Amino acid sequence: MLKKLSQFNIGETGQITNVGGEGRIRRRLFDMGITPGADVYLRKKAPLGDPIEITIRGYELTLRKEEAELVILEWKGKVSR
Amino acid sequence: MKRFALAGNPNSGKTTLFNALTGSTAHVGNWPGVTVDKKEGTYKKGSEPVSIVDLPGIYSLSPYTDEEVISRNYILDEKPDCIINIVDATNLERNLYLTTQLMEISVPVVVALNMMDIVRHNGDTLNVKELEKELGIPVVEISALKEDNIDRLMNVAIEASNKKREAKTVIESTTLAHLVGDVTIAFKGKRVDNPLFHAIKFVELDELEVKNHPDLIEMVDEFKATFKDELFGTDFEAVIADARYKYITSHYSPCMTKHKNEVGEDVNLEKQEKIDRVMTHKIWGIPLFLLILFAIFHLTFSEDLLYIGSLVNALGGEMTPSFEGSMFEGLLWSDAGINSPGVILFNLLDCLTGTLGDLASQLMVTLNASEWATGLVVDGILGGLFAVLSFVPQILLLFLFFSILEDSGYMARVAFILDRIFRHFGLSGRSFMPMIMGFGCSVPAMVNTRTLSDDNEKLATIRVIPFFSCGAKLPILTGIAGGLGLAFNLPHVDIITYSMYVLGMVVAVVTVIIMRKTTMRGKVPPFIMELPQYRMPQFKSTMLHLWDKLKHFVHKAFTIILASTIVIWFLTNFGWNWQYIGTDMDNSILASLGQLIQPLFTPLGFGSQLSKFGWVFAVAAVTGLIAKENVIATFYTLACCIITYISKGGTDISIPPEIIEALIQAGEASEDGFNEAAAMIYATGISVPGAISFIAFNMLTIPCFAAVATAKAELTKSKFNWTLIFWLVTSYLVAMMIYVIGNWWWTLFIFLVLIALGVLGIYLFNKKNPLKGNK
Repeated sequence: MLKKLSQFNIGETGQITNVGGEGRIRRRLFDMGITPGADVYLRKKAPLGDPIEITIRGYELTLRKEEAELVILEWKGKVSR
Repeated sequence: MKRFALAGNPNSGKTTLFNALTGSTAHVGNWPGVTVDKKEGTYKKGSEPVSIVDLPGIYSLSPYTDEEVISRNYILDEKPDCIINIVDATNLERNLYLTTQLMEISVPVVVALNMMDIVRHNGDTLNVKELEKELGIPVVEISALKEDNIDRLMNVAIEASNKKREAKTVIESTTLAHLVGDVTIAFKGKRVDNPLFHAIKFVELDELEVKNHPDLIEMVDEFKATFKDELFGTDFEAVIADARYKYITSHYSPCMTKHKNEVGEDVNLEKQEKIDRVMTHKIWGIPLFLLILFAIFHLTFSEDLLYIGSLVNALGGEMTPSFEGSMFEGLLWSDAGINSPGVILFNLLDCLTGTLGDLASQLMVTLNASEWATGLVVDGILGGLFAVLSFVPQILLLFLFFSILEDSGYMARVAFILDRIFRHFGLSGRSFMPMIMGFGCSVPAMVNTRTLSDDNEKLATIRVIPFFSCGAKLPILTGIAGGLGLAFNLPHVDIITYSMYVLGMVVAVVTVIIMRKTTMRGKVPPFIMELPQYRMPQFKSTMLHLWDKLKHFVHKAFTIILASTIVIWFLTNFGWNWQYIGTDMDNSILASLGQLIQPLFTPLGFGSQLSKFGWVFAVAAVTGLIAKENVIATFYTLACCIITYISKGGTDISIPPEIIEALIQAGEASEDGFNEAAAMIYATGISVPGAISFIAFNMLTIPCFAAVATAKAELTKSKFNWTLIFWLVTSYLVAMMIYVIGNWWWTLFIFLVLIALGVLGIYLFNKKNPLKGNK
C-alpha cells in the first residue's frame, strides 16, 4: 500500500518509492538520503505533532509534515527493524 | 607550502579535526552547520608544513546554499593539493554521498574515517580494507576528538598529493552515462578544467553551469526527448542523486555490519531512542526543556540558590552574610540567600576589580597626579573596563551550560520540539536558543545565531535578541520602577518590571512578523535537519571553546569598548573650555550635546518638556551604550550635582529631604538605584508615562557596545547598518506610543487605525507584488 510519509504513525516503517517537490527542497531531500529504495522508520513526532523524526540510512532526520508530504512510501506497518 | 582542504558533512567532526591538526581553537558543537566561513591554519608536525583550509560543512555540491557554493568554488578554483574528506563512520551512507561527488574532481582525495571509536563502542564492525578497495581512494581511520591517527592521515595525504588522480564517477553504469560522456567530451573540447565534474553538474541542469555554458543546453534537451526514466521522467538531477545512493547501498554499505540483538534490532539505535523517549516526550518534553532552561539561568544569575534564603526567612530564621566585615563580605551568601555559582564568580571578580581600582587611586595620589588624570585612569579607563569585564564570569558560565547542551545533542532536539511554534513567525525552531540566551546576555546569543542556516532567519534573530532584556538592563527596569514607586507612591511597581519583559518579547514577535512580510519576504526556510546522536560532552573541547570565547571578549573589551568608554568619559568630565569640571556634570560637553538632542525625545516624554536637568535622560541613554549599568550610574552622578546645586541655594528644584539624605548616606551608586531614579524624577518633573517610555526606549534601542560589536562581526556591513537603524526606529516608535497613549488614552484609537492601515498597506502591496517562486 502506498502512503505519504506525513500519513505514517509512530513506529511504522516503509520503503520510499518516489519523492515529489521541486528545486531546492527536492534536492535537499535527496541530499539527505531520502531516495527511492531507502527504508524509513517514523521514530517520533514533536510534542506539538509536527515536525517528525525519522530514522533513515542509519541516522536521525527531522523534517516538517509539509516536506514529508512529498515522500511516497510502500507502507509496511509496524515491523521490527 | 601545500594546501589541503577539509571537506565533509556538517557535524562530521571537521572542525575538531581542524583544531587537532592546527592547534587552533575554532568553535565546535554537536549541531549541524557550526562552521560558516572557511578557516585556515597550518599543520606543522609533519615532514613539511601544510596549510589546512576548513571548508563549511555540506551534504552535497549542489548550488543551493552559500556553504555549498563556497566549498565548491574553493575546490574548483583554488585547486587544493589534496582534499581530506572527513566521513562520519556512524553515518556512512549519507557521508559517502558527498564523497562520490568529490571523486568527480581530479584532485587527490583521502577519506578520513572519523568516529570509528564510536562505531566500535556500538559493537558495529566496518571492513576498512574493503571500503578502500571499493572507493579506490585511500581511507584512514581516525578519531579527531582523541587525536588518534592524525599524523598517519597527514602522511597519507601528503603522499597522495604528490600523485595525480583521475576523476571518476559512480554513475557510469546508469542510463545517463552516455549523455554524461558526450557532454564531457564537449567540455574537453572547450578546454574546461574538470570536464567530468562540470558535465555531470550540467546534466543535472545546475544553474551555475547552465549560465556559464548556454551553448551546450541543446545536447541535454535533445537527449531528454528520447529519454524517460520510469520514476523521475526527465528530472536528471533526481536520476543522478538516486544513482549515487543506489551505488552506495550496493557497493559501500556491505562493508558495515551493524550490531544487532536477538530480534534483529540495531542496538545503538535502540539506546538512542530510549534517551529520546525521555528528552522529547510528548507531554514532558516541553516542561523538561523549560526546567533545564530555568536551572541554567538560576545557576548563573540567582542570588538565592534553590530559594533557601527565602525559605529560611519565611521560617523566621535569619542569615548572616558570609565573611562579614571583610572585603569578601557576601561572597558566598548574603542575608537574602546562597549565591549561585555565577553570582559567586561575579562577586569574586568584583572584589578583585574593586581592590585594583582602590590601588590605582592610591597610586595616583602618591604620584601626586592631577584630579583629571586620576579621574581618567580610575573612572574612565579602569571603571569602563571593569564595567564590561564584570559580565565575563556570567557570560562564560552561560556559554558553558549552553555548549554542554549543544555538545550533548540536546539543542538540536529543542529546535525539533519548538519548530511548530516558531514557524508561525516565519522562523524555525533553531532560532529559539539564541533568543532565550538573550535574557542572559546578548553577546553569546548573537554568536549562537551562527547555527542558523537561513540568512534571513539569522538576521531577524540578531535584530530581536536585544529585545529579550539582558541581565544588565534589569537595573534600569527595577531602578526606575522603584523610583516611580517612591516618587508617585505607586504600589506594586514590580508589575512595571514584568510588563517590560513581556513588552520586549511582544515587540520581538511583532517586528519579526513585520520583517518577514516586508524586507525579508520569502518562504519559511525548510526544516530538514539532521539530529545528531546523543553523546557525552568532552571536557577538553568544552574548555577550549570557553577559552576561545574569553579571548574574543577580552580582546573586544580592550579595543573598541575601551576606546568608546574613554571618549564618553572625556565628554562627561570636560566642558567646552577644555577644562576638567569634575562632578559639575551640568557644564560638560555631554550635557550640552544632551541638550542639543533633547528635543528629539519630546515625543517620547523625556525631551524638552522636562525642567533644567531634563537632558540627563538623553545623556543616560548615550552612556548606556557602553554598558547598560551606566544608565543608573549616570543618574547617581547627576544626583550629586543637583544636591550640590540645591545646597548652594538653588530653589527651582525640590527633592524630598529623605531622598537627599539617603543618597548622601550611601556615598556611591546603590545597587537597586531606587533613590537615584527618584531624585531624577523629582528634579526633572518627568511624568509616569514618560519614565516608562524611557525604560522601554533603553530596553529596545541599540544595545551595549559589546553586543553591537558582536552583531557587526556576525553581519555584512550594509545589513549591520540597517540593523542599527532598525533598533533606533523600533525603540523610538514603541516608546512614543507608550508615552502618547499613557498621557492621552484616546490616542490609542488613532494608533489602532494607523496600525490597521499599515497592515492593510503591507497586505495589498504583497498581493500586488507576489514573490517569484523560490529564491
